[in-house]
Amino acid sequence: MMLIPCPHCGPRAHAEFTFDRPVEAITRPDETPEALVRNLFGRDNPRGPSRELWRHTYGCRSWITLTRDTATHAITDVRPVGADA
Amino acid sequence: MKYSALSLLRAGLGGHKDWPRAWRDPEPKPRYDVIIIGGGGHGLTTAFYLAAVHGVKNVAVLERGWIGGGNTGRNTTIVRSNYRLPELHALMELSLKRWEGMSDEINYNVMFSQRGALFLGHSDSDMLQLAQKGDAMRADGIDAELMTRDQVAKLIPLLDVSSTARYPVQGGLIQRRGGTARHDAVAWGYARAADRLGVDIIQNCEVTGMDITGGRITGVQTTRGAIGADRVGIAVAGNSGRVAAMAGLRLPIESHLLQAFVSEPVKPMIDTVIMTQSLHCYISQSDKGEIVLGGDPDAYPTYSQRGAPHIIEKAAAEALALVPALSRLRMLRSWAGTTDMSFDGSPFIDATPVEGLYFNGGWCYGGFKATPGSGWLFAHLLARGESHPVAAPFRLDRFETGRTMDEPGVGPMPQNR
Repeated sequence: MMLIPCPHCGPRAHAEFTFDRPVEAITRPDETPEALVRNLFGRDNPRGPSRELWRHTYGCRSWITLTRDTATHAITDVRPVGADA
Repeated sequence: MKYSALSLLRAGLGGHKDWPRAWRDPEPKPRYDVIIIGGGGHGLTTAFYLAAVHGVKNVAVLERGWIGGGNTGRNTTIVRSNYRLPELHALMELSLKRWEGMSDEINYNVMFSQRGALFLGHSDSDMLQLAQKGDAMRADGIDAELMTRDQVAKLIPLLDVSSTARYPVQGGLIQRRGGTARHDAVAWGYARAADRLGVDIIQNCEVTGMDITGGRITGVQTTRGAIGADRVGIAVAGNSGRVAAMAGLRLPIESHLLQAFVSEPVKPMIDTVIMTQSLHCYISQSDKGEIVLGGDPDAYPTYSQRGAPHIIEKAAAEALALVPALSRLRMLRSWAGTTDMSFDGSPFIDATPVEGLYFNGGWCYGGFKATPGSGWLFAHLLARGESHPVAAPFRLDRFETGRTMDEPGVGPMPQNR
């Protein structure tokens, strides 16, 4: 069970959050088809620190990014996502 | 030594003191024709079929820990071929046919029990989907029977089919040839059978690097030294990304986590495999009497093999609602395995861009049932350098070309499976 420090709500239970994708898989509308395929359908899939996009779905519903170790579940560097973030 | 009723009787009279070891513990040779990375069910069946069917006997299986210690020993042991898409019918039915002859083929009792695999339907739309799936299966020559609520109630008397049930049961779709098997026995049985054909099974041997010259693989680096090979096959589900990265490859796979748990053993109470179309809950009873339960994947990348309790709670709540009699049981243990989540839920059996390096993985949480079929097809690819027709659709580049095989039709994200 992870305790995820939401930048808006403070530390909250993992069950309130949903994982969306690694930050490497966030795509932009102006990318080339090759880059889209590489980012959408390829993964580094590291064992260790990974930068990820999560959402506090059953809380404040905000999107957040965080660095999470995929072997130990240690979470660092949580940041809000948005225009004024 | 051939296992038989006579050998069992003879050893029993001698107090079971003289059983020979089931497979050797060889030192790695400097070079092999084929190296399989990964001593789970898929790697061991691959090695066996390379030797038994294709006559390639200079083969090593390299295992980081002990054989069958990964997902082979962590699944809920369910075997079935009740899929919707024709490509998956061909793959899973090829596998199911091999399950049916497995114990004889390898002279090892894998306790394959065709007790029936039932999907429950809880709504009109569930029943429609089950009917469609059943029709698709029968069209491809696979057994499937649509059942009414009364037929389901007769098959599983402990199921709550009342109108006030939390998950009302409208009917179901059963594949009577589906069932369960003893998962550890599959690893041990194939290891023994492959060993008898000359395959070296090398445990405690972790691959740490790949030797690639001019775009061609020439061998692997391991914790027990360098080993040369003409061809190398990767079958390390859960760690596919890490091993492929040693060859500079990036895969359409995320490593997620799936939990399972068992109760204390009880007298026989559920003699079929219960799954459902709307929920994510598997219920069966092992030969030891434990109720085996599985649920949703944890749905985020992790190598921890340690899941979150709210996922277990959900699966347990669903199981208790379906079979209220389970509420008196105590859970004995829970565990988790690292699943190779592909983006469309289907696996890969394909050559890689590195010449001589082949890949088998991405089985999501459905790899156990495919064990012998996967080995059969991967051995074909490794021996001949070209895909078996059944394996041909399971390519690594299918997202690039748009030829995905999305069984539930939910789109290409691993956490949506």
